[in-house]
Amino acid sequence: MGRYILRRLISVIPTLIGVTLVIFLFQRLIPGDPAVAMLGEHATAENVARIREQFGLDKPAFLDRDALAEGDLPGFFDSQYVSYFGRLLQFDLGDSIHRRIPIAETLEERFPATVELALLAMGLSLIIGIPIGILSAARRNSILDGTTMVGSLVGVSVPIFWLGIMEIMLFAVILKWLPSGGRLSSGVAIEPITNLLLLDSLLTGNWAGFTDALKHIIMPAVSLATIPTAIITRMTRSSMLDVLQEDYIRTASAKGLAERVVLFRHALKNAFLPVITIIGIQVGSLLAGAVLTETIFSWPGIGKWVYDSILGRDYPIVQGVTLLIAIIFMLVNLLVDLSYAMLDPRISYE
Amino acid sequence: MKPLMEIKNLTTRFHTQDGTVNAVNGISYSLDQGEILGVVGESGCGKSVHALSIMRLIQIPPGEIAAGEVIFDDRDLLKLSDKDMRSVRGHEIAMVFQDPMSSLNPVYTVGFQISEALILHKNMNKRQAKERTIELLNLVGIPEARKRFDNFPHQFSGGMRQRAMIAMALSCEPKLLIADEPTTALDVTIQAQIINLVIKLQQELGMSVMWITHDLGIVAEMVHRINVMYAGSIIERGFVDDIYNHTLHPYTMGLLGSLPSIDEAPGTKLISIPGLPPDLVDLPSGCPFFARCTYREERCAKEQPVLENGLEEGHSVACWRWREIQKMGVS
Repeated sequence: MGRYILRRLISVIPTLIGVTLVIFLFQRLIPGDPAVAMLGEHATAENVARIREQFGLDKPAFLDRDALAEGDLPGFFDSQYVSYFGRLLQFDLGDSIHRRIPIAETLEERFPATVELALLAMGLSLIIGIPIGILSAARRNSILDGTTMVGSLVGVSVPIFWLGIMEIMLFAVILKWLPSGGRLSSGVAIEPITNLLLLDSLLTGNWAGFTDALKHIIMPAVSLATIPTAIITRMTRSSMLDVLQEDYIRTASAKGLAERVVLFRHALKNAFLPVITIIGIQVGSLLAGAVLTETIFSWPGIGKWVYDSILGRDYPIVQGVTLLIAIIFMLVNLLVDLSYAMLDPRISYE
Repeated sequence: MKPLMEIKNLTTRFHTQDGTVNAVNGISYSLDQGEILGVVGESGCGKSVHALSIMRLIQIPPGEIAAGEVIFDDRDLLKLSDKDMRSVRGHEIAMVFQDPMSSLNPVYTVGFQISEALILHKNMNKRQAKERTIELLNLVGIPEARKRFDNFPHQFSGGMRQRAMIAMALSCEPKLLIADEPTTALDVTIQAQIINLVIKLQQELGMSVMWITHDLGIVAEMVHRINVMYAGSIIERGFVDDIYNHTLHPYTMGLLGSLPSIDEAPGTKLISIPGLPPDLVDLPSGCPFFARCTYREERCAKEQPVLENGLEEGHSVACWRWREIQKMGVS
């Protein structure tokens, strides 16, 4: 088991190198220049050149073929990517081009906001999706099942940005029940412990802070949870339907166990493997969805940050955040694989 | 003596897209205390469905127990509340299924799965249930039962799994054990072991057993009475010797004729019954065996024969021509 985990962790490294290469390449394929984005349309060519030089943007992106042709080997490697990679090896994500402060600093501030949003959204989709999926399977072709199937189809199909805007229209603009964006109202303070506001306000017994934070997070969390909820519901239902046909379910019923026990003890544990796989994959879509959701609700997390940075061509930020998302995704899926062995005694990693 | 279970006019159907499948068509019989009953017939004759109907384990819908009574210990099981029925299942009537490979839950230990019924029906705590389970595993002949308690089903062989299933079924000392083709998926040598085990346990515990099989050869040596089923009906019923020595129904004759015998001269051909059983969606109005019967006459196509007393006490047959067939001296 330990060796398996180690092997998997080592295999993360080449994947991450691949991620840096791809993100580096794609960023430079989009038109636009960080220096121009920073200085504005009317900047002098001189100023632009100065900024470009300052941030090493005048160097070639990957490798300098001209230098190689001249036999200048150090010059060949003197590129943006190589120096970025060199800093990465020292755990340095670099500085923001615009704000000139280390990315790690801003990340510390913004990452917890996204974690809080994603955790709540994932929690919602599990709490709603799994029980409804089980019930639909147990009452196949009932009205509940039909409603669930239609509802989940709508759920996967509805665009997040549209849903978010509709929510803001209804609850913030018309009904005025909830704030339209942000993480906390001005004037409300929560003593930071974990930087997850809901948790911190509870830990410090700050009720006013908790309700305010909850009011802010509820709409973005619901928007973000929509697609994962729908997918988890469908997966749970179809996986349970398969398992409920198994002979051992009949054995469990023949023992005299109540339907509830048969469903939750005997069927669910078997039906859970495919559901867990889907949950792992949904973590990826949750982080991608965070970019949209955070932008719509002005949520100060990494999603909105990366959106702003793409517009401003702030390359190091986009690189740093993408890398972080890739690491999270890979670790979550490692956990998913490890959980198989916990759920199913026939699976072991040696 | 009052019978342990009396079944009257049990009728089970399945409503499918292709029409209504008449799986069990009004069967009636009784089962005595301590009796071993063999239920014999080919695949799809309704023998398993009738057992699942007794246990009320038919999936509804598409299934439906359309009519009948199952009087077990003075109660009609078909009229019990779900809760009362659950206390019958696994407690008073227990069942062993055909395929031991898929009948145990792969994600729980064998020990846990056997203890479950004890905790549920016998109000035992976990520790008591564990001790009793180990006794049961010993009883069904699983070596090193204490160690095996924590094994998962995939660590058991097929024969051991079926032993574990029997231990599970016997855990609450049921009055009736329904064994639905429990040896079909096993090697012949293991088959014999399982049969002997059940006979031994039946004698020790004094329960009744219903042994469902398509193999007349297997039941011959173990059962007291036999129900021969065909297309959802019982077409012959009687004590085992009478059935073998004075076979009355042409279908039963066919079943017996298809068994190889060790006394036969080499080269003797086995008799097979021509044709296939009727479509249960569209049953013929007369005798269900009409299309395959060599003794059929006009009347058989029009009227369905009902069970009537045959030669011996307790031997009955559903055939219009059984007397004539007997006179012809075939058997």
